Amino acid sequence: MEFFLEVLIGGLLAGVMYSLVALGFVLIYKASGVFNFAQGAMVFFAALTFVGAQEKLGLSLWAALAFSLLLMILLGVLTEKIVLRPLVNQPPISLFMVTIGLTFFVEGLAQLMWGTKVYPLELGIPDEPVATTIESLGLSATNLPTVLQEINSFDLIAAIVAGVLVAGLAIFFQITKIGRALRAVADDHQAALSIGIPLKSIWAIVWSVAGFVALVAGLMWGARNGVQFALTFVALKALPVLILGGFDSVMGAIVGGLIIGALEKLAEVYIGPFFGGGIEIWFAYVAALLFLLIRPEGLFGDKQIDRV
Amino acid sequence: MKSTKVALSLIVFVLFIGCSESPNTDSVVQDTDASDTQFFGVAGYRVGPYGPNGAPVATGYLDYLQMLNERDGGINGVKLTWEECETEYNTSKGLECYERLKTRNPMGPTAIHPMSTGITYGLIDKVPVDQIPLITLGYGRTDASDGRVFPWVFPLLSNYWSLTSAIVRFIGKQEGGLDNLKGKKIVLLYHDSAYGKEPHQLLKAEAKNFSFDLSMIPVPHPGNEQQSQWLRIKKEKPDWVIVWGWGVSTATSIKTAKKVGFPREKMVGNWWSGAEVDTLAAGKGASEGYYAATLNLAGDHYPVIEDIKEHVYDKGNGGDESYIGTVLWNRGVAMAMLTTEAVRNAQAKYGNKPMSGRQVRWGIENLDLSQARLDSLGFGKMVPPIKVSCEDHEGSGLAGFQQWDGGKWVSVSDWIQGDSDLVRRQVEESAAKYAKEKNITPKCLGE
Amino acid sequence: MFYRESGQLKTSYQEDQALLSITQDRIGLLLILIGAFVLIPLLASDYWFTAILIPFLVFSLAALGLNLLTGYAGQLSLGTAAFMAVGAFAAYNFELRVPGLPVLVSFILAGITTAIVGIAFGIPSLRIRGFYLAVATLAAQFFIPWLLVKVGWFTNYSSSGVITTQPVEIFGYVFDSPVERYLLVLAIVSVLALLAKNLVRSNIGRAWMAVRDMDVAAEVIGIKIMRTKLIAFGVSSFYCGVAGALYAYVYLGSVEPDGFNLDLSFRILFMVIIGGIGSIMGSFFGAAFITLLPIFLDIIINDGAALLNLKLAAGITSVMQLLVFGGLIIFFLIVEPLGLARLWQITKEKLRLWPFPH
Repeated sequence: MEFFLEVLIGGLLAGVMYSLVALGFVLIYKASGVFNFAQGAMVFFAALTFVGAQEKLGLSLWAALAFSLLLMILLGVLTEKIVLRPLVNQPPISLFMVTIGLTFFVEGLAQLMWGTKVYPLELGIPDEPVATTIESLGLSATNLPTVLQEINSFDLIAAIVAGVLVAGLAIFFQITKIGRALRAVADDHQAALSIGIPLKSIWAIVWSVAGFVALVAGLMWGARNGVQFALTFVALKALPVLILGGFDSVMGAIVGGLIIGALEKLAEVYIGPFFGGGIEIWFAYVAALLFLLIRPEGLFGDKQIDRV
Repeated sequence: MKSTKVALSLIVFVLFIGCSESPNTDSVVQDTDASDTQFFGVAGYRVGPYGPNGAPVATGYLDYLQMLNERDGGINGVKLTWEECETEYNTSKGLECYERLKTRNPMGPTAIHPMSTGITYGLIDKVPVDQIPLITLGYGRTDASDGRVFPWVFPLLSNYWSLTSAIVRFIGKQEGGLDNLKGKKIVLLYHDSAYGKEPHQLLKAEAKNFSFDLSMIPVPHPGNEQQSQWLRIKKEKPDWVIVWGWGVSTATSIKTAKKVGFPREKMVGNWWSGAEVDTLAAGKGASEGYYAATLNLAGDHYPVIEDIKEHVYDKGNGGDESYIGTVLWNRGVAMAMLTTEAVRNAQAKYGNKPMSGRQVRWGIENLDLSQARLDSLGFGKMVPPIKVSCEDHEGSGLAGFQQWDGGKWVSVSDWIQGDSDLVRRQVEESAAKYAKEKNITPKCLGE
Repeated sequence: MFYRESGQLKTSYQEDQALLSITQDRIGLLLILIGAFVLIPLLASDYWFTAILIPFLVFSLAALGLNLLTGYAGQLSLGTAAFMAVGAFAAYNFELRVPGLPVLVSFILAGITTAIVGIAFGIPSLRIRGFYLAVATLAAQFFIPWLLVKVGWFTNYSSSGVITTQPVEIFGYVFDSPVERYLLVLAIVSVLALLAKNLVRSNIGRAWMAVRDMDVAAEVIGIKIMRTKLIAFGVSSFYCGVAGALYAYVYLGSVEPDGFNLDLSFRILFMVIIGGIGSIMGSFFGAAFITLLPIFLDIIINDGAALLNLKLAAGITSVMQLLVFGGLIIFFLIVEPLGLARLWQITKEKLRLWPFPH
């Protein structure tokens, strides 16, 4: 039982990491109907810029953070301006394709700027069981249940970061004026435009926010595995989360991430051995697919109604 | 407006078709007359998920060639030229590179190091036809060590099975003797691909020989998420974990081991899972104590590396200074040395002029580098002595072992020889099966 | 002046429905075929055959298969490479397990096997649409190679999971040299392309397009959605399966399941998009473009640097390739979202009036 709980908690926390990446997809899909495949490349670009600025430009941690944020916003705004604006009103598949082209471009750009080496990324977050962290702070962890003691501090902090990010985005969407405009645009472009919402600047803002989310995801994933090209593959981990949670729901990204993370780990540990293991690579996709057969628009996605 | 756009894109397209009509135009890499130089075709990879591991190898290879040109004026007066082609560790791109490189010089590309097990498999049937030796240093098709069936393929130094067997012996040594392996539990954590499946057969045989418990856990490509694998390992409580990873998966293995509290001193990587890029990417304090096998030792204290620094880097040339002395860069240098020594060997027989693929093949098959010869080449103990023959295209079968001390790799053992009888038996068995499938009559090719 | 259909009157329904109704088109196609079957074998070098022409034809076939599904039936798939893998491994096993089976028959059987697998993975399309479906096809992309690696039977228990294909032998004749292999692929691809061209003009093809344009409306006018979509998946997978078998047997000679990865799927999708979505001809244009582009870029970047006497840092060329490749795809999609096939059409219309544009 204890082992089961450990796997479950580990899975839930890994799921949060997927959600971090999935959030970026959701933001852009919600506001502009673009399925931005380049989100993974943006995560890579952000993380590489962050470590590259420290290594090559000798910036301090905070300066590098500001620098990368600036660059991400620039990248987002430019993408919107140069790549997507000329394609307004094109079929969604063209928009999707263009983001695959963008993926290649951003990956190339990142490596052209900062090289192809592997960098470690240190955020100063302890990567050890919680019990050890608590003890190193001079407190006693003995009255915590064993399962909780075994949780990894880094994963826990990542979960908190994700939580703060989602809460921040929710507040941003609900309370600020820009947030309300964003929701209006998401509901109906034309209606939003006709009541005087500046569509172009709204889209630029969305892309900047997505750039910011990519930066956060890049930092967390980079600190987890080191910054290297393989970081672009985290996008593939986020896709089943998206189909399960629904492409256009922030809530879906979080809940979907938790479900996928937990399912995937439990399956690999308990079912995997019967099939020679390695089922993680497809299990999340198949699970999401089966779920879609029951609810084709995902857990929290908007139901589409077709009319002739 | 529309028509200008159309015209523009048409021009781009036509230009593009037009220019690609002539892929055979010699790109000017070196300014020497092509006919009296030894041309090296280099298929490497510097971008993509495995780029960080591929770049140091390719850099070391080219640095050594450049050093020979600067220091000795080539090999016995024959200048060296080369061209690099990017494979991205992708089989079909690798084959395209091969086709391109083989047409670049009338004498062919000397020898091809595909630097990928997948590309090796794609080339095995092609090289005998084109008469280009295929050198796969510590990777590729294991049973190609039988040169009677695979006359054109050379898994030089050691193959995967020798490596696997040597790792078992290393673990035995750490446990205080091979007999102590009885009842121990060993986990093989492998990259779920052709590469990762290579050791299975031999490891099972070894498990039977020494009656240790073996379980094999795959890591799906690319391996940047291994929590469930390590939770399983934690539950099984093995005595040792053998890491058979490549690229990001190695770093993630080390990092996740730390996460679940598995001691790194009980992990042994193979020689593709033990480079600075892996241990550094895992982050500070994660990799200390981690063991890895190696084909060649790390460090920059070898005379040959001093020469490379002096003749290449000090003159402002060279690939990347930060790679010097790293495991994979040294491996690239060793690859280049084995190839150029084969050329030198062939020249001793055929005369001091550029060598064709067939002549180089003879040179590799009769390569004999004793410790004394390695010392005079400035390699010292960086690579083990090697003696190739028609039956044995491996030549050494040894593996070194090193441990990460937090800043660099430290050698912790002499060269270890695996169970060469067992390996040889399996190689011959497997090669015979291939020969039957392909209707090959095993025989030595001679000249 | 030369490309003008005035005066070519159709006097029967048969003529009206001909595949190529204009004489010039017929002559053009004939010239292309003569060029491909006669001239190229006489002129091209081995490098051209093995590194450019054969992969170009194989990828054209795969792109054609995907184009039938995505361009005609409107179902986006990201699992093309997985279906190619099914074809490659099916052909290998048919050849291996059925002694003396002609290789062409195993190619066809491989296609049929792939079609069955494709239909199975197409079933979700009855419920799921758009991007949800695209992501769902990724399930096939990850599941199939995993299965091929895991089940030793598929690879004949090869220790590494790599298979080496049997020689391509038809009626006792071994297709060995690059020219022979090229001609074999060319013949297969020509026949299948012709079939596809006819298929999309038939009632099946028209039903596909109706479903693509609006499935609810198609259903209302009496098209059976389920049947139509599943046929689309089946036919498309058949083409991809044959392409996969050719990829293994004629192009590479030995393949591993991991070679059929997401990158390959994307590459084929690019061919469809750049060539022209919903166009048979476009699949060929796209395959040519994507096959030649990296080679061309490599040469341009290297030679350009040599010309300007620049010393490029090692590895820069590879990165530049990525950059230019991505940039060109973006450029093309912005300038001409309908792909090269559309450009070809525009050129034809211009030619019709040339040299008097009014």
